[in-house]
Amino acid sequence: MFHSNHGTRRSAAAVRSSTSGGLEGGGVGSPAASSASEGSSFRPSASTFWLLLHGLCCLISLFLGFRFSRLIFVLLFSNTIYTYTTTTTTTITSTRTETLTVSFPLTHTPPIETAVKPNNSAIELSDKMLNQGSSHSQVVVGRHGIRIRPWPHPDPTEVMRAHQIIVRVQQEQRKWYGVKSPRPLIVITPTYARTFQALHLTGLIHCLRNVPYPVTWIVVEAGGVTNETASLLARSRVQFLHIPFHEKMPVEWAERHLTENRMRLLGLRVIRERNMDGIVLFADDSNVHSLDLFDEIQKVQWMGSVSVGILAHSGGPDRTLLTEDEKLNPPIPVQGPACNSSGHLIGWHTFNSIPYSEKSATFVGESATVLPGKMEWSGFVFNARMIWKEAEEGRPEWVKDLDKIGENGEEIESPLALVNDASFVEPLGDCGKKVMLWWMRVEARADSKFPPGWIIDPPLEIVVPSKRTPWQESDDLAGGKLEQDDRRFTRPKSRSSSKRKNTLPGQDN
Amino acid sequence: MDKATWVLLLCFYSFLIGNLRAQEIEQSERAERISGAAGDVLEDNPVGRLKVYVYGIPSKYNTKRVKKDPRCLTHMFAAEVFMHRFLLKSPVRTKNPEEADWFFVPVYTTCDLTPNGLPLPFKSPRMMRSAIQLVALKWPYWNRTEGADHFFVTPHDFGACFHYQEEKAIERGILPLLQRATLVQTFGQRNHVCLKEGSITIPPYAPPQKIWAHIIPPETPRSIFVYFRGLFYDVGNDPEGGYYARGARASVWENFKDNPLFDISTEHPATYYEDMQRAVFCLCPLGWAPWSPRLVEAVVFGCIPVIIADDIVLPFADAIPWEEIGVFVAEEDVPKLDTILTSIPTEVILRKQRLLANPTMKQAMLFPQPANPGDAFHQILNGLARKLPHDRSVYLKAGQKVLNWTAGPVGDLKPW
Repeated sequence: MFHSNHGTRRSAAAVRSSTSGGLEGGGVGSPAASSASEGSSFRPSASTFWLLLHGLCCLISLFLGFRFSRLIFVLLFSNTIYTYTTTTTTTITSTRTETLTVSFPLTHTPPIETAVKPNNSAIELSDKMLNQGSSHSQVVVGRHGIRIRPWPHPDPTEVMRAHQIIVRVQQEQRKWYGVKSPRPLIVITPTYARTFQALHLTGLIHCLRNVPYPVTWIVVEAGGVTNETASLLARSRVQFLHIPFHEKMPVEWAERHLTENRMRLLGLRVIRERNMDGIVLFADDSNVHSLDLFDEIQKVQWMGSVSVGILAHSGGPDRTLLTEDEKLNPPIPVQGPACNSSGHLIGWHTFNSIPYSEKSATFVGESATVLPGKMEWSGFVFNARMIWKEAEEGRPEWVKDLDKIGENGEEIESPLALVNDASFVEPLGDCGKKVMLWWMRVEARADSKFPPGWIIDPPLEIVVPSKRTPWQESDDLAGGKLEQDDRRFTRPKSRSSSKRKNTLPGQDN
Repeated sequence: MDKATWVLLLCFYSFLIGNLRAQEIEQSERAERISGAAGDVLEDNPVGRLKVYVYGIPSKYNTKRVKKDPRCLTHMFAAEVFMHRFLLKSPVRTKNPEEADWFFVPVYTTCDLTPNGLPLPFKSPRMMRSAIQLVALKWPYWNRTEGADHFFVTPHDFGACFHYQEEKAIERGILPLLQRATLVQTFGQRNHVCLKEGSITIPPYAPPQKIWAHIIPPETPRSIFVYFRGLFYDVGNDPEGGYYARGARASVWENFKDNPLFDISTEHPATYYEDMQRAVFCLCPLGWAPWSPRLVEAVVFGCIPVIIADDIVLPFADAIPWEEIGVFVAEEDVPKLDTILTSIPTEVILRKQRLLANPTMKQAMLFPQPANPGDAFHQILNGLARKLPHDRSVYLKAGQKVLNWTAGPVGDLKPW
């Protein structure tokens, strides 16, 4: 809807000046228009008079901020136009931040005379009568005030209520469209106290708290239980089991991978001892998970595999330049199941680590690319009943008994060692096409210092004056701002004001 | 032995039926049945209940206009074009006008577009008048009832008042020649000159293919509380504010622009349809006219419409109980919108979502081609069928004249 026909409207307004009363939207100077056309019927010298009047009206309107000439027309013509009184509480609504609530209906009624009187139902007649006079229909055409309440900011109680509504709506959505009869999750995380532990664990804690299924979190800590980890877990509000691991975490990456594998096996043994039920998931503390992952793994029957995005470059600042061949066929950094066209598992995508063979990091915290293992544990999930002691009915024969693994001291590289036949693994996430978690290793040097528990206690004593203070600063005073304040007040005013002018040019006086 | 097998068969049969019924109940629990003032009529089949005769008037009134400007097929007034096409192929159409209950005059009055794509209504009254004159001269059925058993589709801003500006539209009033006909229009406001008694209010046209292309999985959690995209101030036509939308949209902006629960802005995001499916409430405030395609979009995407337009008459108001489905907020209560929305009990909100999830509800708002049962075309026919049989007074005696053929502004009387 556009209203660019100002010309026609103005002339029409002149014709119907008795009914319109200066009420037009959009164009400026409608009273001038009606007055101009009226002026055409007067003597020519009157046109200059009207022009002057128009200019005066414009100036006053500019000053006031609204077209006050409307008011004049309303007052002059009110007897002939309106059949019911209009409450004109006139306030200026020009500024957008006006805080008064305004009721400002300058209106005109719909025309009383109609072209043809309808001859059928009396209902229509009574409708017209309602239109004409009574206050039955409150909807009027014309300019209305913009109602703004005195404190247009959210009320915290209402915000909380809105969040409760959203939670309930999402619960209902899950009930109808989500997973039916969801199983609880058992999450195994190997960790140890180091600089970046708080960073990684906080992210993982928040992720697990958002998971809509019951979660039991088994945290295996290398080097025994420490206060740092314990305090992080205590604040997490996730149900957890804090399991100590007797070895300390080694500094080389290769050794660290092997130690983590042993820690995960320990976690599995805990599940086996306690006969915990649910779906087992390996969440490394530095990995990033998407909430879709937790919905997807509910589909697993016995053992499933998801695609893991490998973010190998995150560790170091060096950008390994891609060769020409690599630029044409970029290496896909995804580890996961590979399927044929009918959706059956035929193999595995692994991370191509050949380009990085000379340049990978050896020590934790070294600024080079950290390489993942052949098959990351985090890409596999399985039913906890698979590792229970008693041969549950339905437990497939292709699963090895957990006790027999690691007996001879061999290293377990990937969860595929838990099974006899890898072809029974179910590919999840649209056959591996959807990547729902990302493997990332970002660590500081093993000897880097950080405040224990990330608590600064006692508070720091060094005070350094900032470059841009709102207070007047003098060059010779380094610290002790309080003394500076006292001194400022005792200085003569003229000096301080002149100094203010010099040092803080942006401020008003 | 025989008895045992019979008992077994019976058990098996009842188990099967019971299972099917359980599934049906589950399906119906997710979506509730909708029944309005006229009863449970959304799923009625109009075939066999009425017969419609479509006048064959020259194509300069209809198809030539579309050929000249194909934008008429995609803008929000396209219902007039598609209704004509639907009726031509529908089983309710009859080629014998003697047995017809309703007569349809296919004239596309909103198909005169500016370069911007907005329809100019200045010639529409003359076009309509010319079409009616043709129909009255060539066939006897118009004069028989003076148009009382004829219906027209007038989807413009203020219906058959044929103007985009409300004051002008009110002044013009409904075209005098249409005083007795049934109007199928998108505009509806109680106690307004441009809404005739007995009109059928329809939703504005929203392209169904485009809507269906943007459906996201229903398990995507709804995380936006209130959603709106559109203008708050029409800077081109009403820079001061207060005229556009009677100040209601400006009031929404000024009160809630800082409120994190309200995702409102004037942007045109590419994910507009997807965002609506992630919202619990969608605002449908009035603009220059009280109706907008937002209502259709909100209903199809399962977002509860918050209607801010005093005295509005919503589409198919007798078939759809809009008070149970949407939230109505008076324009003067806009500053309290957040209080109003957060104080709705959760059970009521869930029930509204269940009603919206009903597929018949979504179908009734759309104009798909080819037509599906229960869609807006069929609802229009149902509405027309509910008005049958015609009252005896509709048929005029010989020589009786009711309409004033020379009424209206002088400009309307010029031939088209």
